[in-house]
Amino acid sequence: MPVSLLWAVDVYGRVYGLSTVGQQWDQCRDAQMEFKRVTAAQECCWGIACDNNIYLNVHASDLSIRYQEETYENQRWNPVDGFSERLLPSDRWQWSDVTGLQHQPLDSFQLPSSSWEWEGDWYVDENFEGEPTEKGGWTYAIDFPATYTKDKKWNSCVRRRRWLRYRRYKAMDTWAKIPSQHTTLPDPFSDISCGGWEISEEPRGRLSLWAVSLQGKVWFREGIYHQNPEGASWEEVLLPGEVVQISCGPADLVWAVLWEGQLIVREGISRDCPKGASWAIVESPSSDVGATHVAVGNNVVWVVTKDNKVWFRRGVNSHNPCGSGWISMVGEMIMINVGQNDQVWAISSEDRAVYFRQGVTSSELSGKTWKAITVPRDRDRSQSSASANSLQSAGCFFCGEVRAPSVASDAESDLEKGSADGPGCLVTSTSPDTFVDAPSDPPADTPKPRIPKVTSDSFISELVSDRESGKTSRDVGKATPTVLEEDTISHEGDAKAPCAGVALSPSQSGGPLDTQWSNVDLEEAQSQQAQTGAVLDSADTCSLSSVATYTLAMEDPYGGDEHPLWAWVSGGGCSVDSHSQLSWFNSVNTASLVQSVQSMSLSVSPAQTAAWRKQIFEQLSERTRREIDNFKHYEQAIEQSVWVKKGSMQWWRDWKPHKWIDVHFALEQFSGPEGNKDGILFIYYNYYEEKKYLHAFINEVTILVPVLNDSKHTFAIYTPERTKQRWPIRLAAATELEMHDWLALLSVSCCDSRGIQGPPSKQAIWSITCKGDIFVSEPSPGLEAVPYPTPCDQMFWRQVGGHLRIVECNSVGIVWGIGFDQTAWIYTGGYGGGLFQGLASSTDNIYTQTDVKSVYIYENQRWNPVTGYTNRGLPTDRYMWSDASGLHECTRANTKPPSPQWTWVSEWAIDYSVSGGTDREGWQYAADFPASYHGYKTMKDFVRRRRWARKCKLTTTGPWQEVPPIALSDVTILPCAAQSTVDMVPVWAISNKGDVLCRLGVTALTPAGSSWLHVGTDQPFKSISIGAASQVWAIARDGSAFYRGSVSPQNPAGDCWYHIPSPAKQKLKQVSVGRTSVFTVDENGNLWYRQGVTPSYPQGSSWEHVSNNVRKVSVGPLDQVWIIADKVQGSHSLSCGTVCHRLAVQPMQPKGQSWDYGIGGGWDHITVRGNSVEPPHIRLPSLADMSTLSPRSLLEVRNTEVDSGTSGC
Amino acid sequence: IMADDKDVLRDVWFGRIPTCFTLNQDEVTEREAEAYYLLLPRVSYLTLVTDKVKKHFLKVMRAEDVEEMWFEYEGTPLKWHYPIGVLFDLHASNSVLPWSITVHFKNFPDRDLLHCPSSSVIEAHFMSSIKEADALKHKSQVVNDMQKKDHKQLWMGLQNDKFDQFWAMNRKLMEYPTEEGGFRYIPFRIYQAMTGNDRPFIQKLFRPVSPEGNAYTLGDLLKEMYPAAITNDGEQKRYQVVIHGIEPLLETPLQWLSEHLSHPDNFLHICVVPTPSD
Repeated sequence: MPVSLLWAVDVYGRVYGLSTVGQQWDQCRDAQMEFKRVTAAQECCWGIACDNNIYLNVHASDLSIRYQEETYENQRWNPVDGFSERLLPSDRWQWSDVTGLQHQPLDSFQLPSSSWEWEGDWYVDENFEGEPTEKGGWTYAIDFPATYTKDKKWNSCVRRRRWLRYRRYKAMDTWAKIPSQHTTLPDPFSDISCGGWEISEEPRGRLSLWAVSLQGKVWFREGIYHQNPEGASWEEVLLPGEVVQISCGPADLVWAVLWEGQLIVREGISRDCPKGASWAIVESPSSDVGATHVAVGNNVVWVVTKDNKVWFRRGVNSHNPCGSGWISMVGEMIMINVGQNDQVWAISSEDRAVYFRQGVTSSELSGKTWKAITVPRDRDRSQSSASANSLQSAGCFFCGEVRAPSVASDAESDLEKGSADGPGCLVTSTSPDTFVDAPSDPPADTPKPRIPKVTSDSFISELVSDRESGKTSRDVGKATPTVLEEDTISHEGDAKAPCAGVALSPSQSGGPLDTQWSNVDLEEAQSQQAQTGAVLDSADTCSLSSVATYTLAMEDPYGGDEHPLWAWVSGGGCSVDSHSQLSWFNSVNTASLVQSVQSMSLSVSPAQTAAWRKQIFEQLSERTRREIDNFKHYEQAIEQSVWVKKGSMQWWRDWKPHKWIDVHFALEQFSGPEGNKDGILFIYYNYYEEKKYLHAFINEVTILVPVLNDSKHTFAIYTPERTKQRWPIRLAAATELEMHDWLALLSVSCCDSRGIQGPPSKQAIWSITCKGDIFVSEPSPGLEAVPYPTPCDQMFWRQVGGHLRIVECNSVGIVWGIGFDQTAWIYTGGYGGGLFQGLASSTDNIYTQTDVKSVYIYENQRWNPVTGYTNRGLPTDRYMWSDASGLHECTRANTKPPSPQWTWVSEWAIDYSVSGGTDREGWQYAADFPASYHGYKTMKDFVRRRRWARKCKLTTTGPWQEVPPIALSDVTILPCAAQSTVDMVPVWAISNKGDVLCRLGVTALTPAGSSWLHVGTDQPFKSISIGAASQVWAIARDGSAFYRGSVSPQNPAGDCWYHIPSPAKQKLKQVSVGRTSVFTVDENGNLWYRQGVTPSYPQGSSWEHVSNNVRKVSVGPLDQVWIIADKVQGSHSLSCGTVCHRLAVQPMQPKGQSWDYGIGGGWDHITVRGNSVEPPHIRLPSLADMSTLSPRSLLEVRNTEVDSGTSGC
Repeated sequence: IMADDKDVLRDVWFGRIPTCFTLNQDEVTEREAEAYYLLLPRVSYLTLVTDKVKKHFLKVMRAEDVEEMWFEYEGTPLKWHYPIGVLFDLHASNSVLPWSITVHFKNFPDRDLLHCPSSSVIEAHFMSSIKEADALKHKSQVVNDMQKKDHKQLWMGLQNDKFDQFWAMNRKLMEYPTEEGGFRYIPFRIYQAMTGNDRPFIQKLFRPVSPEGNAYTLGDLLKEMYPAAITNDGEQKRYQVVIHGIEPLLETPLQWLSEHLSHPDNFLHICVVPTPSD
């Protein structure tokens, strides 16, 4: 989870932000005036200030907001002047837009608001369709409008060129007023809500912003997206009544509250129509009490009625935005807000605290319990310790935990279990100690504050059973029948369950008698509040909308301002889910709790550098020196012996027909002769009634690969022999847990037998499977030796926790990763995580990692003359719902996430971003299945298909920390060693939108760097690589290559791009640059070497073909070349996605000679850019030897074995 | 590079005390008994790791002169049911290495020592300590959820000095809900190097985290249990607080100590010994 902010406004109009890793509310100092409302998205926050204007606060990001203005200069040829600005009367304007219809001289372009500035002056775009033009950027055509080419022909009568100018949004991290519209709006705004960012990914950063005016009208802001954060204009939306408040979810839900207390639901919101089409009315949950507030998320709707009761709408989803019924929830709130992942925040009517709904998951959208956010405001922190104290004790009323009795009391009265076991209980503590300590607490005879509380049967009975029955039974009996919301939800039963809360004040053992059970009647609490009610608002216009807001209790039981009083909260930008570890709920010094604190920065956390820890490490080393080092010759008291672990598993048998058979599995571990540990694993099976076994030495196992799918928990074991065969030992455990236990044990065993311990070295080779699993291998010194390198199939790979699509490293130990969801990650230096827990994992550097990817299925239709397109195909056709190949049936209902690790996080939706384009309904047409599809229908098309996508999410752990906020599609790190740990290391990346970025501040000590520098390009890029001499090569989306000139430590971003044409008729897709070598891979799987690269001519001269069937290439600091090959034939099977190593690569022969095959299939990525260890110098055979053994014959052996492979299939 | 907390577990497990066993002068022997040198695991028990010692001395003795073997250091009989490291830290922490232990085969001091007829007695003692510790840490939930073979794995791990085998299971005993910040109570024992032995050790209930959520430290524990062990400002240091042969700082969080410096029996054994006067 990235660090993100929860926004809130207090009753005085001050705006605060609370970071997901923070422990205090930070006031937004920039706000010059008070705010009434805020509504947040991930990149920005909108607000209504007390001047009733709308303000926008765009969060500063490393990637600047640039808007490209363009206009065209048009000229016509005539025999006198040649090309000139003299056009025919029927022609377009001399300065126009691309269509020629709009007159657009350069000086007609104005900055849209004072938040913008020009980046530079107008300039001519010298490139045309990715290639440089001859002179001045002119493109030629026969006439307007026509097809333009960059070459002037004899019949070129007109020409035009494009002028560009960039403007930059400068009002970052500050509240900037949205310029009011020319047609002034009728009245001021009173409510605002943004969302809709999940409706469509195009244009990037698109938002829906809905606003309500004081007269009850609703307005929709058009044209908000990343490059235009302020939007374009307000459009009025027609209404069936007067609206007081509106809520827009991240996707297509929009609900509003009418003045009369009903709710209206926007229908018809879609990608093409984010504004929606019509309203449907939903009655208030309560027949006599109207709704005052609504909050919607992806699939949830929460409502507050005038009596402060909270309601949850069940059955809400995209197809049924109105939902099906109301469920009464516990708690009394004045407002509710739903943020990302349907997480819920609310402000209690009782104490004005912000509450977080705990336990909201996709399967339990209503959550479990309200928990108060008790962190102080930044201002509070600086106050005296006395007030901080009282703040803490105020906080403890809501801290959701039963206070423990004094420290050394007897074990029997332990109450903690209740809060641990119950489904999250909110219970007040009225510990007498607390009252004594806190000066601002009310005296003992004032009525106890009343807070809505939630508890569960199990917890009550737990407490009851702990006490003498006489004292408690009458109180429990008095309690109104408590209907638990958990139950209500699970039954989905009565629309309106009675709502009641029970306040528990467990008395302390030996505590005073007045702290006994009490039963708070909610109505009583309410009437009390009504008495004390008063309106506090700085702007008088606000009172108009008070029906939808709150009445503020002036009499505050916690002593005035000590306890923040909140008016509004917005979680739209706050990226949390039910797994997030938040430190919002206990304002006390949690920093000393080593286990629970995870520093978000990569710098070493204080706990790790703490003096006490250092002391322990030092003293333990000292103890070893004192007690062991001088006595090593002493005999050990305990002799090492054999340890056996056995189990039952299934094995994918070696002989045909292949199938799973039951086997016994045993691992024997023992100490080897030199004290190193070793082991053998045995698989005992029956072969035609005969007992047989198969075994493998642990020190020969090269890799353990978990293969999760939805039916079996399997893993594969490879040895060099099995790698050659392309046929691993495949085993399936009975349960996922058993598989994890075995994998962890085998993995530790394998590492022990090879003496591998701790994190990977800086030289390590990293690779990733197509499932996103990460493996790392320590290169042997002879791996790059010539002519006898360590064979690839002998490399030992171990898994590292986490989930990535791309990993890149260099030889000083800087490792970056990119997830399937294009999130950037930095390696923390740890090991383990994921399924490696306990000893196989480091403790300090493991963090939660999430990844999201889409699963795609296809809807296929065939045209027939009678009914048009239908889902009735020909008998020979593919399934009407299928995978991409059409071979497997995949319906929306039966398609599951890829493995049990993944859970769905969205509904099925039509995917419009398919290559080839689609029509408005997402269809692609073709003459027949399977064929190439296009996005429009022609007379010859008889079939069509459209792609449906559904997102799923995985949560795991690993030594990775996110580098927010920009999503990346590629990254590269300068491969060779830096001289010291503080030397800057160049890191370049491509953003997911194709921007080229250069990371500043990266050193071995600060591998995440500090900020992105944007490197301008005229078209989006997709791959980038930097060589050892700072030579930067990149591939544009159009498939051509670019070389970046003048990159140096002094000028880290270089100065200009040199276009380098791709090999004939090929579109390049990936590039890797080593010490001097440049290799690229094209979309047809060809590997190319750049010939003629010299220091004086770094662009090189031509592409030379090296191999085919290549998926990816990684060139290292020794110019070593490794690839992922698509098809490799083994003796038993063929594997796709195989790690291969180029042999005989030498300075005079950088293309090498042949391939050596390593681990596969299913591999997708490799990086060897950390391995800068020169192979040991091999003494060439003496002349005498040469005469008997020709070096050529040595190479031949490899060649014959090899060439059949990569190129052969 | 910063050491990992995991290394602490290894260091603790693989702690060894070089020991010189000599036969008591009064034992009747057929020929002179040579001293026997051994590296004893700090976390194990004397009677569990001294089969070799016994075998060595039996070679020079007649069978009829041999009763139950016991050990003594400078006049103090050594309790086999305390971990070896605790015995060393308590009685010999400031003496010269190797640790010189005298071996006896008669006059078993019944008043001071428990009999140990077989390793199953040690196993029973060890497992009961683990169960007691888990009762404090998790209301026995973790240890009760384990199967018989899991218990066996813990014991076999200790008996055969298999760190991985032991910790593969023991880590479950070291887990706790993150939101609680630690165990329910810290299983600890404070030993004092007093003569008389009327009070073998201090063991009371003590939580790792204060009601306010602050982590308690070693200093907090001692303040409550053994205030004399704390050196106040300006005072001469009178006591050393020794765990596994080292003196952690008093500000060390107790929960961390419990997780990393507990013995395999899951107790944090703390020795308070007088500062050597030299």
